[in-house]
Amino acid sequence: MDSFRTHTGVGVPLRRSNVDTDQIIPAVYLKRVTRTGFEDGLFAAWRNDPDFVLNQPAYAQGSVLVAGPDFGTGSSREHAVWALQNYGFKVVISSRFADIFRGNSGKAGLLAAQVDEKVVQRLWDLLESEPGASVTVDLESRTLRAGEGDLAVEDSFDIDDYTRWRLLEGLDDIGITLGHDDTIRDFESTRPSWKPVTQRV
Amino acid sequence: MGKTLAEKVWDEHVVRTAAGEPDLLYIDLHLIHEVTSPQAFDGLRLAGRGVRRPDLTLATEDHNVPTLDLDKPIADPVSRTQVETLRRNAEEFGVRLHPLGDVEQGIVHVVGPQLGLTQPGMTIVCGDSHTSTHGAFGAIAFGIGTSEVEHVLATQTLPQSKPRTMAVTVEGSLPDGVTAKDLVLTLIAHTGTGGGQGYIVEYRGQAIEELSMEGRMTVCNMSIEWGAKAGMIAPDQTTFDYIEGRPEAPTGADWDAAVAHWRTLVTDPDATFDKEIVLDASTMTPFVTWGTNPGQGVPLGASVPSPEDFDDESDRVAAEKALTYMGLEAGTPMRDIAVDTVFIGSCTNGRIEDLRLAAEILDGRRVADGTRLLVVPGSVRVRLQAEQEGLDVIFKEAGAEWRGAGCSMCLGMNPDQLAPQERSASTSNRNFEGRQGKGGRTHLVSVPVAAATAVRGTLSAPTDLAPGATV
Repeated sequence: MDSFRTHTGVGVPLRRSNVDTDQIIPAVYLKRVTRTGFEDGLFAAWRNDPDFVLNQPAYAQGSVLVAGPDFGTGSSREHAVWALQNYGFKVVISSRFADIFRGNSGKAGLLAAQVDEKVVQRLWDLLESEPGASVTVDLESRTLRAGEGDLAVEDSFDIDDYTRWRLLEGLDDIGITLGHDDTIRDFESTRPSWKPVTQRV
Repeated sequence: MGKTLAEKVWDEHVVRTAAGEPDLLYIDLHLIHEVTSPQAFDGLRLAGRGVRRPDLTLATEDHNVPTLDLDKPIADPVSRTQVETLRRNAEEFGVRLHPLGDVEQGIVHVVGPQLGLTQPGMTIVCGDSHTSTHGAFGAIAFGIGTSEVEHVLATQTLPQSKPRTMAVTVEGSLPDGVTAKDLVLTLIAHTGTGGGQGYIVEYRGQAIEELSMEGRMTVCNMSIEWGAKAGMIAPDQTTFDYIEGRPEAPTGADWDAAVAHWRTLVTDPDATFDKEIVLDASTMTPFVTWGTNPGQGVPLGASVPSPEDFDDESDRVAAEKALTYMGLEAGTPMRDIAVDTVFIGSCTNGRIEDLRLAAEILDGRRVADGTRLLVVPGSVRVRLQAEQEGLDVIFKEAGAEWRGAGCSMCLGMNPDQLAPQERSASTSNRNFEGRQGKGGRTHLVSVPVAAATAVRGTLSAPTDLAPGATV
């Protein structure tokens, strides 16, 4: 995984709460066996609407999505994270993320930055009055800033320490865990014999 | 101080703990299906890693498989490739697979319990959010993404931050005709879709204890729909009776040792939860959704709400969008809403008890003109059991379609989909926009409401039906 330190890109205001994973990418787009190519399914139903934010040229190249609370609820599909990344998003800002979505983002290298609902509102106001405005997100200092003057937004965001560290270092979780192989082996030797197995190997 | 059920099971699985890091949890059972696993196996291949514990791993085909023409190859080439990829991966990495055509094939969350692989006190994960179903047995069970699937395949562990604990106590008994599904839909309307976020929830109280294992699975299944990390129910005699004698259940001295341990898996009297919710089952009624998330529900006897009814700005906007999408007008009695398709099935309500309940209502009755009813058993075993009991005959005589096992119209990944603007009453778990097919409109309902709705053609409870020929 590439390390993530800061990112500056066009902010996209998605004025919706409860953006579930079926909206981010409907199930019919989940049939690929690769990690790429899912951008065609991103917000597939909404993109049929010419007024949808990503259909407006100023936002089409966006890389920082700003959404309402409960972003990523529903299915565990990591394809939702891949679809956002494949499209070009590096950061999603929301006032509340569904647990599995946030976990998947951390694993795949998409920054899920949690902010106060008022910050979302101010970012929406800024990005709608200045379409194409950039948002800068700094993971090291856990801060974001956008715009200038009255509408300028500068605030901090939340992300757990461990995910932040892994993203900053670009670390592979599996590699870290396999470093504790002896501990896993010790644990396995203590498991009760009546625990079920799927096959004898 | 005592521990909660969740804390007991969690603590028994901590392989490693370190300050500032998530716990490393051991995983007792890893369930796999075709949609969320191919990229994980690719990752293993790229890194030259194997599956650490194929003996704790089980795969089945469920999400995109057809439920018709099962004797023919899968018509959609992309779906076929995905299924064939799972078969190749299972063979290459030595994973037990129940493919289409196998007697143990079915929805992964129906297959685990029916094989007896789902047992109290386990940690169970799967690349599917409805893994919470298995919590009904007193297991910690939750859905994971594909990167985590790869992590579990390679290490049989998962780094996880310990969630907070919540108790949902449901006092009293459910009235006749009110089911576990109504209970959980009522709960989600109360908490909203984010109310459980960050918590492992323990469902307890008289109404929960009185549920069958099937009903308990329905409740735990929908834990994710209010954002909970997992849902659990303490194992009791109902649990033990369900497991005993199943193919992968312990036997002899192992059974005694297992049950002795399982009996300790209850929340200690002096344990405390971080949060508690108390509900009264005796006031519950059949409950249905009107909107586009599972929290947007009302009693069947109520009317479609108006956006003005909501104090919160974000709820009001969400209600407006939902009513537009659903093609509904505020104030319409829910019972006046006509549906085109009724779907009985899914990991929420596709088990044998659900089909028996549906058959009891449909026996001697006919599906309304202009309405179609799909009955999709959760597994091949459920299908065979239903056929042995003659339920399939009742369904077919009522005019229903009797299908093969799989996820089917719950997520519309196979050909079982709603057309744009087609309206369904569905025993599944999600009414998201487009969930059952692009532009489709979903009302989540219980099995009795689904069956009665199929007969009347409008959202209905069995009490709305005229006496049937054999009732």
